[in-house]
Order: sequence, then structure tokens, then C-alpha cells
Amino acid sequence: MDIVINGTTETVPARTIADLVACKGLAAESLVVELNQRIVKQEQWPQTQLQAGDRLELLSFVGGG
Amino acid sequence: MTTDDALHLGGVRFTNRLFTGTGKFAANAQIPRMLAASGSQMITVALRRIDAQASQENILAFIPKDVTLLPNTSGARTAEQAARIARIAREAGCGDFIKIEVITDMKYLMPDNWETLKATEILAKEGFVVLPYVLPDLPLAKRLENAGAAAVMPLGSPIGTNRGLETKPLIEMLIENCTVPIVVDAGIGRPSQAAAAMEMGADAVLVNTAIATAADPETMGRAFDLAVRAGRTAYLARLAEESALARASSPLTGFLDD
Repeated sequence: MDIVINGTTETVPARTIADLVACKGLAAESLVVELNQRIVKQEQWPQTQLQAGDRLELLSFVGGG
Repeated sequence: MTTDDALHLGGVRFTNRLFTGTGKFAANAQIPRMLAASGSQMITVALRRIDAQASQENILAFIPKDVTLLPNTSGARTAEQAARIARIAREAGCGDFIKIEVITDMKYLMPDNWETLKATEILAKEGFVVLPYVLPDLPLAKRLENAGAAAVMPLGSPIGTNRGLETKPLIEMLIENCTVPIVVDAGIGRPSQAAAAMEMGADAVLVNTAIATAADPETMGRAFDLAVRAGRTAYLARLAEESALARASSPLTGFLDD
């Protein structure tokens, strides 16, 4: 299934956001996920299904002034 | 002189007028030590797409819960992008404060005042505590006030330059004519420059680079705290007048030879 992650199309086996975070080995506690311009809170990741063509933003807070 | 000299912003009472940033520290572990040493009660953070190569440390974990987070919209080039970043930051649990930073000029990193005003209009309506980072311009500052900005944050000199208050006369116009607090942001490189900003009546200063890239950020944080307190105290005490000619401090009547 092809989805757009941070502006780049990727083929991913994951069916949910939780799957995707796990298979990419991302640190969940610092991750902010936006699916089709809507924030998905961490407790909703396991039941949030991904569909072909979805646009996903994987963000995190970093140092800045 | 009033005994309660707190700064109230967005329903939060700040007894420390040094705002700090999380950028450019050699290690995140320096941030809580700097916060403790400086007493700073508000600190900026930025939001970025994750970088698989970069460290996945959660910067928020290094900021004590009693310190107010001030997410910025850095990376935004339009008002709409800034608004989107602000909404994400709030949804992610960072609270209602937002520093609007819209930059289209990559050479001097000058804030785009026009897009910043538009973003302020959008976000103030959505209940954000909006702190726009701008090039000091009095008519713009009045428009920001009318749009619902909680404060106006004029730059002293370009971001990260440590050149101090190059825009001093323009910032003074804001201090004299605005009703919202004026927070001098960007370019303050030395504690003496922070003191100068506070002496002239700025309500607070925001310092990142000068602290984070000092050889000892923790001690430099303390130095900035002292300077901000000194400058603020001097402002409240009302500075003595300058004079072109000397005015003797001691009696000038003759003494031994008369």
C-alpha cells in the first residue's frame, strides 16, 4: 500500500498507525502524527487504519528559539 | 515601587522576565540545568518532520512541567502554514501559547511582518496566546494589538547574530505606544544588552543563542537572569537624566586653599 509520509510516497506493509510506528522503530513518546491534516492522538494509533493515498506527517518537537 | 512586579501573559503569572529557547544546546541535558540556574519560566520549542538519522530524544522530557512551553512556527513561510503548526502544537499538548515566526528571507532571517499579522489574526480568533516575532514597526504593532496579540516580540538584531539592540529606537517606539507587553526577541548576545532592553522598558527578553552557545550555558543563564533583574529594577526606579555637560556630584566650593 502506498501512502505519502512526510511528503515522500512509500510502500508500507502497516495497516494501522501503531503498526507503522512499530515497523519504523520510531520512539512513540516524542512522536506527533498528523493523518490527512488531522492530529491522531497516541491512544488512537492502534485503531486508526491506513488507506492507500493517505498523507501522513510524522513530527516531533525539537530545539528551537 | 510596586512589590508585585509579575508579568501576566495568557493567564499565566511570570515572576521571571527572561524567556529562553531550546535551540543550539550541545546536549539536551543542559536545558534543565540552564532553566534552574536562570529561573526562566517560559521556553521555546520547534516542531519538525522526524529525521530518521537524528536522535529521537524527546526534548519536552527535558523541560520541567512548571515551565510554560512556547512552541514556535519556525519553518512556516505563510500565515496558513504558521496556523497549521500552531494547531498541531496545541493538539500535541503544548498549551495555547504560540510564537509566530514566519520567515521568507533566508539571508537575514527577517520575519515577514505581513504574513505574521495574518497569522496573528487567524490564531487569536482560535483562542491562542499569540506572541508574534516581528521587525519593530509601530503601525504594524498597533495592528497586531488590534488583532489580539498577547504581546509583540520585536527583534533586536537578526537571529543568532548576538549584535544586540540594533533596532533600539524602533523598539522604544513600541514600548512607548503599545498597550501589550513588548518582549525583545532575537539578537541579544550579552547580559548587558538584555539589561539595556529592560532598562528602556521592555517587559521581557527572549534569549536563546547567547545562552545555548556560551561555553557554560548554565552559568550564562544565571548571568542573564541577573541582568534582566537589574535592568527591570532600574526601569522601575526611573533612570536619572543624561546631561551634555558635567554636573558635580561633590560640592565645588574651595576647601584647603580658601
